[in-house]
Amino acid sequence: MTGVVVGDGEIGPDADLATRARYGRWLVVRTVASSGAGHIGGPLSAMDLWVALYFRVLNIRPADPAWPHRDRFILSKGHSAIGLYAVMAQRGYFPVDELATFDRGDSRLQGHPDMTCLPGLDASTGSLGQGLAVGVGIALGARLRGLPFRTWVMLGDGECQEGMVWEATLAASRLGLENLMAIVDVNGLQQYGLPKVLEASRGDRREPWPGDQLRRVFQSFDWRVLDVDGHDFDSILAACDIARDGKSAGRPTVILARTIKGRGLSFMEGRHAWHARIPTPDEVEQARLELGIDESGRPA
Amino acid sequence: MRSQRETWGATLVELAETNGDILVLDGDLANSTKADLFAEAHPARFIELGIAEQAMVGVAAGLASLGFVPWLSSFAVFLTHRSLDQIRLLVAQPGANVKIGAAYAGLLTGLTGKTHQDVQDLAIMRAMPGMTVLAPGDDIECAAMVRWATDIDGPVYLRLTRDPTPRLFDDTYEFAPGRVHRLREGRDAVLVSTGPQTSRCLAAASILATGGIDAGVVHIPSIKPVDGGAILTAARAVDLVVTVEEHSVIGGLGGLVAETVAVAGHGRLVRIGLEDCWGESAPNAFLLDRHGLSPERIADRVRRELGGSGRVASSTDEHNRGGDQ
Ligand SMILES: Cc1ncc(C[n+]2csc(CCOP(=O)(O)OP(=O)(O)O)c2C)c(N)n1
Ligand SMILES: [Mg+2]
Repeated sequence: MTGVVVGDGEIGPDADLATRARYGRWLVVRTVASSGAGHIGGPLSAMDLWVALYFRVLNIRPADPAWPHRDRFILSKGHSAIGLYAVMAQRGYFPVDELATFDRGDSRLQGHPDMTCLPGLDASTGSLGQGLAVGVGIALGARLRGLPFRTWVMLGDGECQEGMVWEATLAASRLGLENLMAIVDVNGLQQYGLPKVLEASRGDRREPWPGDQLRRVFQSFDWRVLDVDGHDFDSILAACDIARDGKSAGRPTVILARTIKGRGLSFMEGRHAWHARIPTPDEVEQARLELGIDESGRPA
Repeated sequence: MRSQRETWGATLVELAETNGDILVLDGDLANSTKADLFAEAHPARFIELGIAEQAMVGVAAGLASLGFVPWLSSFAVFLTHRSLDQIRLLVAQPGANVKIGAAYAGLLTGLTGKTHQDVQDLAIMRAMPGMTVLAPGDDIECAAMVRWATDIDGPVYLRLTRDPTPRLFDDTYEFAPGRVHRLREGRDAVLVSTGPQTSRCLAAASILATGGIDAGVVHIPSIKPVDGGAILTAARAVDLVVTVEEHSVIGGLGGLVAETVAVAGHGRLVRIGLEDCWGESAPNAFLLDRHGLSPERIADRVRRELGGSGRVASSTDEHNRGGDQ
């Protein structure tokens, strides 16, 4: 790899969201390549969502991760952990350099988020489908305790095939949890889908949910549904504002964020093979150029 | 060296050429479990159920009632843990002819960590009445087990690992349920293992031999049913029995051997495995070392249990003394 410095620090407090997202994508690619492990397509599709949440939406104190009044965030699609870590590091939860320990053993940065290791994680996840129910419990607990914080849960669109997601969805609307917000990273791909010989529609595979089925299911469970372009910060932030407006008439809110798996890298976008592939040194270099990262590893 | 998952997928492709009842049901992991080999070869008999393991088990039970032979494709954890009640009630209790292809079992799951490391599956599955529980040591044994499991009528749990495994057997290998394999004789101790951990035990025995300790190796690929008499015979020949497994020390192979020798009122047993703890995401070598499963750590442990490093010098005496039969 062409003399790129690994292990640089912050990019300064004033970086705009787009720069943070570019840098976050680079940290994902770089870390996955050097650890030889981790998922990559899903972290890249969700990157703009995390950057918006962690830098503009969530009421959090990275220096005091256990602050009782913090907004909660649960990454239910836990396999995308490296993307969340890349944003948490930029937000000051831990040094960017610590990303180098990812998956190496005795690390706080486990392959799937482990709340017993890393302060700032509100649930341990990795078995798909489980995070939303924990969010229901936290949102309900907040109401019972009279605490005003909000609970956000990010899910994958493939993940929404799990029955437990719908058990939790029903519970949330029954309980009238308007302090609960789900965000689905609708990147149109899951891990395998179907063999090529059978079907292909979006990218090179079949979508986890055909057409607008996912929206219709959430609607029929009486959730407020918001559609956004998951790569447009204005669109994301506007939806987050609505989600928090307290005017959902007792309904939980789900933001369906239309995204592209592998977003930002021409050779990854929409390709199911990049769900969890390790980029070669050449691909890392191409990623660096496409993301506009200079040779010192910082956004140009 | 071939991985068990590839062997599993390739063997099913081959069996399905002549057996039209074989189906593979996948929980969106076909490119990991290598069910994708089957999907591309027999697309009409590959059923993608998406990320819905519990429903997948139920669907398999339904298909089995019509004479199909459904093989499940997912990671071991999502079957033995996520879908445990379904396996128990819909498969084991009625004796449904469902075959559980439990991929990425054990500790070495490609850095995914504790969420994905199934180190309780043997304990859970062997406590399940009516379930056959198999853990192949290499690709040859794996292929033989896939054939056998497809042929017999009844539920089978097949513990498959991710990475390529060294060969233990040659093409003459024939699988027989319950059979216990004595792969190496030894007078000082016997290492009892299962799955690919057996290869690491053979390597440990070689290390011990260079230090004058004569350790035997017994391979138990059929956790249930199992030939308990053969375990006892091997245990009675030595002073020290050491079980070694990529699994919790509670309830798996260690549990099986402990129950067998204790019921017979015999022996001194040491169990190597996860000491009632979780794994983590880390490279294979790190994990094997951390949990005492690498050949070097196994050898260390055996030396220690036999009385420290001074043991090497006194090994001749031990040889002369023989077993306690
Ligand atoms: C219960 C469970 N089943 C299977 C898996 C394996 N797995 C990890 S990621 C993935 C695909 C997820 O697809 P999606 O939710 O759409 O995530 P994204 O596209 O954002 O990566 C699968 C099947 C898992 N982690 N948990
Ligand atoms: Mg997806």
